[in-house]
Amino acid sequence: MANTDSRPDSDSRPGFRTLSGIPVDGVYGEGPLPGEFPYTRGVHADMYRSRLWTMRMFAGFGTAGDTNARFHELLRSGGTGLSTAFDMPTLMGRDSDHEWALGEVGRAGVAVDTVEDMVDLFAGIDLGAVSTSMTINGPAPILLAMYVAVAEQGGIHRGRLAGTLQNDILKEYQAQKEYVFPPRPSVRLVTDVIRFTTAEMPRWNPVSISGYHIREAGSTAAHELAFTLANGFAYVEAATAAGLHVDDFAPRLSFFFNSHNDFFEEVGKFRAARRIWARWMRDRYGATDERSLKLRFHTQTAGVSLTAQQPEVNIARVAMQALAGVLGGTQSLHTDSHDEALALPSEEAARIALRTQQVIAHETGVAIVADPLGGSDYVEWMTDEMERRATDVFAHLDDLGGGSILEGVYAGIESGWFAGEIADAAYRYEREVNAGDRIVVGVNAFTEGHDAERARLLRIGQDTEDLQLKRLEGVKQARDDRAVADALRRVAVDAAESATNLMPALMEAVAVRTTVGEIVEALEGVFGTYVEQAVV
Amino acid sequence: MPDGLPVRVVLAKLGLDGHDRGLKVVARMLRDGGMEVVYLGLRQTTGSIIDAVEQEDADVVGISMLNAGHLTLGPRMVDALADAGLDVPVVIGGIVPDEDRPALAAAGVAGVLGPGAPADEVVACVRAAAASRGR
Repeated sequence: MANTDSRPDSDSRPGFRTLSGIPVDGVYGEGPLPGEFPYTRGVHADMYRSRLWTMRMFAGFGTAGDTNARFHELLRSGGTGLSTAFDMPTLMGRDSDHEWALGEVGRAGVAVDTVEDMVDLFAGIDLGAVSTSMTINGPAPILLAMYVAVAEQGGIHRGRLAGTLQNDILKEYQAQKEYVFPPRPSVRLVTDVIRFTTAEMPRWNPVSISGYHIREAGSTAAHELAFTLANGFAYVEAATAAGLHVDDFAPRLSFFFNSHNDFFEEVGKFRAARRIWARWMRDRYGATDERSLKLRFHTQTAGVSLTAQQPEVNIARVAMQALAGVLGGTQSLHTDSHDEALALPSEEAARIALRTQQVIAHETGVAIVADPLGGSDYVEWMTDEMERRATDVFAHLDDLGGGSILEGVYAGIESGWFAGEIADAAYRYEREVNAGDRIVVGVNAFTEGHDAERARLLRIGQDTEDLQLKRLEGVKQARDDRAVADALRRVAVDAAESATNLMPALMEAVAVRTTVGEIVEALEGVFGTYVEQAVV
Repeated sequence: MPDGLPVRVVLAKLGLDGHDRGLKVVARMLRDGGMEVVYLGLRQTTGSIIDAVEQEDADVVGISMLNAGHLTLGPRMVDALADAGLDVPVVIGGIVPDEDRPALAAAGVAGVLGPGAPADEVVACVRAAAASRGR
């Protein structure tokens, strides 16, 4: 039968019927509904009906040219955002020719030494049209300065750029351990970025407050939730102390959580995160803009849950973890590749991981109803339980900090409290697996059929390091050394003046092709270098 | 290694990689297995590890790498110990593809422990490495 009405009627579009054709509402149950305070059920009223989550696949390896090719492949395959993994020397603010960089250049991410590498990394990609996430923390302001420089060279004003800088230094001391400077000057760099993007980059998320790494390091779900939100409160306190009004920047704070194996525990964690943030932002920090109260988050499936044994089974794990993220109301999602317990993701494995998201989005029907698990007694109980456990941690930190969560977090870092809690939970888990109290398929049960050799792995050879060293050498020879020296002097002067925003000096330094390592060393000269007390 | 004395192991992250979950778990497994663990933690160099081996009179060095640097850094650690005149075997833990194991063995690495290695395997591997000294 011909349909003479060509207007899309949102409720009768085939996508909003079940596979068998039953029309379904956008949400079920009593209020507060999705989009209503405290947003337990989601930050948008119609959730994925109006817009699916962003399928943002994390990629980075080798030289900037290698990673650029992977970016193009992911965008061709239907990825809708970019996410950059930097190599270990870049994450630590060291150049490829630094002695510590030997053997690490381009291995676990892409090597970026100067703005020239950033130009290659985003070649042929319209930075005004995609959103880009950059996983970088210690040297984050420098990489942001480079990204802006590349965009503006290409005629795209910084005000149009959309993306996210991880820039979450507190969790580095707690879990991920990629810090350079001590905590207090590092938090000043975070607030410098918040001040800069608030004034000049309205579409940019200046911090991605990350529980992912806390969980990967071994924490429980409740501690992932609690430590992450506490870090969020700490940044709110730091930015308001730096002179910003909470509603000026809080709408642009974003979060990043892990989605692990225990399905309902994860869903409860995501729902609790939204509720806690909304209440604390309103009641403790005085936010009134609705956008400040809405916790938006990216999710990545749990890399640590992937097994080297029978790696194809990881595809099933990733699918279920991704589903938990979607049912928890995530705004964007990275699905891990099944070969990640063996090596960096191969192109084929990365494609299967992306296809997994597309199956969830387009075939399972879970995206046509907002918070379909809301109202389940178990899910609501788990949400409450997560909130209760997190609240205990906030009380402890508030106590440690004498009424300041920021000071409490500093104290917890310096005393090793966070690291100790995480290591305890990690060891408890290993003992349970060892004792057979916890089944890991293919590892301590159902072990027949181990076939790791078949996997085609991505290998990064020594040639990457040689190429990158040659490139860095070339850039250094072609640049104006006096301009570099002047720029580094200004960086040091501005660093010593704690009220001065470092971003203008960093923009100037990257423009004359000062390296990441040179800038970091200039900053270390003022801020010092952090060395942790190792706790086992 | 004289009989009766506990095996003494220096554990370290060699290089820039900050992923220390696995190494911390291994430290506790070895302790629970009756060994003495000297935990150096993050950002160690071959030089700092050798200093610790000499000071602590260690039987085995355990280094952890999850950053794909093992083929470069593993042999470097073995060679650095040999150059220092120390007969101390090296065990590597972390993400090491199976196909890299022969190359590491050929370079003198005494053992490789992958993700999820159970406590028994971890302790046995380090014990076997310690027993191989002087051979």
